[in-house]
Amino acid sequence: MSQRQVLQVFEQYQKARTQFVQTVAELATRPQNIETLQNAGVMSLLRPLLLDVVPTIQQTAALALGRLANYNDDLAEAVVKGDILPQLVYSLAEQNRFYKKAAAFVLRAVGKHSPQLAQAIVDCGALDTLVICLEDFDPGVKEAAAWALGYIARHNAELSQAVVDAGAVPLLVLCIQEPEIALKRIAASALSDISKHSPELAQTVVDAGAIAHLAQMILNPDAKLKRQVLSALSQIAKHSVDLAEMGVEAEIFPVVLTCLKDSDEYVKKNAATLIREIAKHTPELSQLIVNAGGVAAVIDCIGNCKGNVRLPGIMMLGYVAAHSENLAMAVIISKGVPQLSICLSEEREDHIKAATAWALGQIGRHTPEHARAVAVTNVLPVLLSLYMETESSEDLQVKTKKALKNILQKCTYLPALEPLLHDAPPNILKHVVGQFSKVLFVVWCC
Amino acid sequence: MATLARLQARLTGQWEEYFHRNRTVDEYRKVEHNAAVQIQSWFRGCRVRAYIRYLNKMMIIIQKWWRGYQGRKHFRKMVETAYFIMKMNFYNEMAVRIQKRWRGYYIRKYIHNYYALKKYLEAISVNNDIVRKELEEFAEMKEREKEKKDLEKEEKKKDHQARKMHYLLSTEQIAGVYNSPFRQSPDPMEVRLRKAKPFSYRRQQMKKHFTDEISDWLTCTSTLTFPSMKPLPPIGRQKPQGPFRDTAEVLQQRYKPLEPTLRVATSINSLEKAREEIKREEWRNRINDNKFLPFSSCHKNQDYDPLIHTSSKYGQMTYGIKHFREEHYEKWIANKDFETVFPSINLFNKFGQTYSKAGQIV
Repeated sequence: MSQRQVLQVFEQYQKARTQFVQTVAELATRPQNIETLQNAGVMSLLRPLLLDVVPTIQQTAALALGRLANYNDDLAEAVVKGDILPQLVYSLAEQNRFYKKAAAFVLRAVGKHSPQLAQAIVDCGALDTLVICLEDFDPGVKEAAAWALGYIARHNAELSQAVVDAGAVPLLVLCIQEPEIALKRIAASALSDISKHSPELAQTVVDAGAIAHLAQMILNPDAKLKRQVLSALSQIAKHSVDLAEMGVEAEIFPVVLTCLKDSDEYVKKNAATLIREIAKHTPELSQLIVNAGGVAAVIDCIGNCKGNVRLPGIMMLGYVAAHSENLAMAVIISKGVPQLSICLSEEREDHIKAATAWALGQIGRHTPEHARAVAVTNVLPVLLSLYMETESSEDLQVKTKKALKNILQKCTYLPALEPLLHDAPPNILKHVVGQFSKVLFVVWCC
Repeated sequence: MATLARLQARLTGQWEEYFHRNRTVDEYRKVEHNAAVQIQSWFRGCRVRAYIRYLNKMMIIIQKWWRGYQGRKHFRKMVETAYFIMKMNFYNEMAVRIQKRWRGYYIRKYIHNYYALKKYLEAISVNNDIVRKELEEFAEMKEREKEKKDLEKEEKKKDHQARKMHYLLSTEQIAGVYNSPFRQSPDPMEVRLRKAKPFSYRRQQMKKHFTDEISDWLTCTSTLTFPSMKPLPPIGRQKPQGPFRDTAEVLQQRYKPLEPTLRVATSINSLEKAREEIKREEWRNRINDNKFLPFSSCHKNQDYDPLIHTSSKYGQMTYGIKHFREEHYEKWIANKDFETVFPSINLFNKFGQTYSKAGQIV
């Protein structure tokens, strides 16, 4: 045979490999094919192609593997068991940027399913290479690496700690400052996932100087970026008073209030979450928020939204009112109570109703003035009916009962108490009757 | 013997009389005895009854006095307790009045300023209104911007369409699709077509080739696009090196100067050095090296200098020290001055010197 014919065989083989790998990658985008591919043993076939001579085949094989592992966790486990990860990690350090992106995609797809898989990724030393990828010049590589790190850190505190120990946080903060919006989003999301587990991790993120940059990015017009930034700030601020104060010092008020008017629902929700996390720590922080007009903005936001998006706003009002009676009076003056009673009647979900009942209880429990302001809106019969309904969850019943008790113990507004006399159970009725006796005794003494 | 015989003659009659008498006595002895017993018993009864009557009278007198005494004692006790209760109620009432005033004063002065709270709450509601208004304006502004952007996008899309379909332009002879002869004026699309500059052929060729690398990463992972193959290199060729990075970049990365953080760059003794530096500067600028002594023994032996205001040629003026006002006694209506001190309260003089047990009960 001539040399040409020999070489032709090799060319055919290479063409066949390329076509195989490309078709598999294409098929893996559709979920219905993946079962068939798995049964046909695609993992064991793709594995040697990762070591192929031709770089494009390697990249496409990695891409196909990533898409397969992305689909469900059995396949991701198969990737781990097939010892593919060490090979990926090794080549991550050396190859060009397309391979790096594909390999980071595989790591992300494997790490997102469960903590055990993420731990497997950490065990094979992928974190150091991913952190090196974060220093790469190409923004796509950085984005893929940051995404993978974010998904790994999401599961629990040990994995977050491992990510932080690999030195990812300063590089993520640098990534946030890059001009590409997608990279900013992913880096903000990764920081949010890292800092949500414990105060020490949040402190590490803050020490790297993240707060100033995150605070600047609130003004960015991109909605998804704002979501991630607000989520990151709220995960940092929720752990302790110092972290919340640091967040406030970065001058996020009153800019955050404009985010409450954004057209995107999740931006509103995350902004309300951030305000809630700051307000819940101390009365001084709540005072600050009230002085900046935050309560009015949150109440308007609650009025505009429906469903789960309202929940952080409602809880924020409850936390503010719980600190002191002056703050509760401020909430009442900002017309919070009619809005909360509308929420209580409109919402269908039990946990939102429970939160609304709790917030109303916190507002009304301080003095007779507060209880009167709550009772005037005719919310007490609604609370009673929620307590009596057999379909309400236990949590809802407990919260409505406590709220009713707290409000009733201070309520001296008799027209609102009268409807309760008719169908209240004995343990509520005794409070109602007690209040009547107090008021009428005072009337009689005069 | 004669007497005896006479006696015996009288006796025989008397023996019968004697016998009769004894017999009668014997017959009536029982009856008489019973009658005597009856009479005596009744009389004894009268005596005993009189005695008992007497005893009863005496008993009644004694008991009457004893019960009177007990009743009076009890009544005295009741009066004492009622008086005590009355006093205690009165004291409580007065104490409540004093405490009421004191609490009101203390809380208003030191704890809670009601009017400040009211002002604060009003300020908050005013601030809330301002914030709400501003947020409304902001939202409106955003809406308008969004609308503007959408409109612009529409315009751009339509222009792009027009450029692509420039061939639908109507000519003199043939009216185009958008320029129907039955319309009064041509369709706006027609106007656009007239203004549009057609795309060149080469540009369209270029648009066909999607770049043959994975340039847009996100679309790559989610859609079907992936690298289209370049023609395969001949087998047996040595693996080419590259792509090379820019030399400047490489040198920059290799020879990047060390940028230590501020904490690393300062030396360990920086604090001590700074302190010494400060000490030296102060020593340089000091005029007097003696240490300041405390002032306590400065004024021990000083004489008192009286005020200039109150001293005159002839000694110290007593106005301002001994008396403060001009007083014209001859102009007074009554002979007495105003009382400058409250009269003493009699009740308090009696403290600890009355028999009431008020304090001990408390």
